[in-house]
Amino acid sequence: MSFENTFYTALKAILVNKRRAFLTMLGVIIGVGSVVLLTSIGTGLQSYVTDQFASLGSNSLYVVPGNPFGSGGGFSSGQDQIAERSKPTLKREDLEKILRSNRDTVSRGVAASTGTGEARYAQVTKKVTLYATTAGYDVVQNTKATKGRWYDASDDQLGRRVAVLGPKIATELFGEVDPVNKKIKLDGQSYTVIGITEAKGGGFGGPSLDNYVYLPLNTLRDNFNVLLISTFVFQTVDQASIPDAKTGIENVLLKRLKKDDFTVFDQSQLLTTINSILGVLTLGLGGIAAISLVVGGIGIMNIMLVSVTERTKEIGLRKALGATPNTILTQFLIEASLLSGIGGLIGIGIAFLGTLAIQSFFPARILPSSILLAFGVSTAVGVIFGAAPARFASKLSPIEALRSE
Amino acid sequence: MLLQLKNVSMVYQVGPEEIRALNGVSMEIEEGEFVAVMGPSGSGKSTFLQVASLLNNVTSGEILFKQKDVTKYSEVELARLRNKEIGFVFQQFNLLARTSALENVELPLVYGGVIASERKRKATEILGKVGLSDRLSNTPAQLSGGQQQRVAIARALVNEPSIIFADEPTGNLDSKSGEDIKNLLINLHKEGKTIIMVTHEQEVAEIAKRIVLFQDGEILYDDKFGFNEKVKSDKAMEYLKTLKKQGSKVRNMFGKVTGK
Repeated sequence: MSFENTFYTALKAILVNKRRAFLTMLGVIIGVGSVVLLTSIGTGLQSYVTDQFASLGSNSLYVVPGNPFGSGGGFSSGQDQIAERSKPTLKREDLEKILRSNRDTVSRGVAASTGTGEARYAQVTKKVTLYATTAGYDVVQNTKATKGRWYDASDDQLGRRVAVLGPKIATELFGEVDPVNKKIKLDGQSYTVIGITEAKGGGFGGPSLDNYVYLPLNTLRDNFNVLLISTFVFQTVDQASIPDAKTGIENVLLKRLKKDDFTVFDQSQLLTTINSILGVLTLGLGGIAAISLVVGGIGIMNIMLVSVTERTKEIGLRKALGATPNTILTQFLIEASLLSGIGGLIGIGIAFLGTLAIQSFFPARILPSSILLAFGVSTAVGVIFGAAPARFASKLSPIEALRSE
Repeated sequence: MLLQLKNVSMVYQVGPEEIRALNGVSMEIEEGEFVAVMGPSGSGKSTFLQVASLLNNVTSGEILFKQKDVTKYSEVELARLRNKEIGFVFQQFNLLARTSALENVELPLVYGGVIASERKRKATEILGKVGLSDRLSNTPAQLSGGQQQRVAIARALVNEPSIIFADEPTGNLDSKSGEDIKNLLINLHKEGKTIIMVTHEQEVAEIAKRIVLFQDGEILYDDKFGFNEKVKSDKAMEYLKTLKKQGSKVRNMFGKVTGK
């Protein structure tokens, strides 16, 4: 019998038993759908974070007190970290010194500090993160003002009470009103809003940059009693000079500080760390999905076993009418592959729709490799567990098979 | 000689017990013969049919089909032989559910590698011959028992086999449908088909030209040769007596037996 005829026979066997076929496919649909959807969430998250960092500029260098990377590769936390952070390690003079002695590699740099406060405009009050920097943050971190302007060096020097708002907090406080040149209260003190930044997004599990209130560094120091500098951010002249700039910065700081007192890192380092965390997360999600794939596989296995056992009589009849064991086996292989294949496609379709549905609020992204993996595993399970009992049945003598109930 | 069984035995192992379903049976069937195989339950008549029709392997002995020993055939060769040379009619009809009469009849042609248009033509023609021209697209559930058996007979005939095996072909039918099937078999015999039929009904067996009686896995009586003296036990005579009680036709038959 030709392959074409066997294929047709297999297809017919599926079509005359639509309900059984659907039940068999259900396992594959759930398995493939969940694996593809969950890994799309994980990888989407990862690529989203990567994109966010890229948007901050790829030739940035950061200096922080202590060692934020710890020994295990992740961010360290707990008491040690807080202690490190509260040491007055970095000084404003260091920034000037670094900029002066690294002119060929470092083009700009800002010192930054953070605090919290309560912002009020008219009747609206919001808890906000105060992010204070020296002038030039807009260029160093690639964050333009869409309305008004950023504070400049003289605003910082004089400690003027001016503020630049992230677009989200601006809308929350002002609604439809144009905030530029309006006065807001920060912890009861009056500040003039001089600009609004462009939207940067972000903020999974933390504050979004769009919710920040930006102040000149001296203004924060004078009015909120924050003396610590938490970060230096430098912009190198190009990406190639990052290693030289790093050494240059370290040399300057080592004159005054010990090696363990500070860390200079670039984005690739930060990204590696974050990616390793997100990688574990994706793996975890994939693991959960793999469990559903296994459950789906067991579903396929059961239905296949039942459906082949229940059709032992049919196999006997087919053998009595001249089917060879191979023809029987091929028929069941094709049936199983068709069922798992169609089920897999439906599962991928559902995962695709699910991804589209959550994309409005979550950056999910379907990966071809997860499709291949899920599809491959479910098809393999379907074919193996469909073919094994069929192989057994195809070896029975026709009369034994016919006699089975 | 179309089919020849030489000293064929069939032994089943049921737990520790050994059951000899066939015990050294030898038989010859010529082309064009119509044989009815009879016997009480457990006499081995069904096992004989399964073995003779190549649906089951023998424990020992030889089966020659057209002078070739088929007990040594491979699975693939046996499948080919079943497809081309043998037609089956089962008591339970054994049609594929949810599949039209036409497609059921086409099945042996599918395995025979016949192209689709030719399959359809042949199956339609043969269904017409068994009087089901207007039921081509009906599924078994939409057919009566008699009609289902006629579809099964059409399926057995469609590859023009040299021999047809029927296992209690009327066993699941009412008397009217049984009559139809009997007439169909008589006509097939008149056309020159070789038919071997197992039945426990006297009036069905009567349509055959040669009756063979089985008892305890051995041939007790064969129209061609008369009694097998070896198995003329009390138990066998007892069985003959009960058969004799069943009307004149039976008595005629055994008149012939005792005459030998």
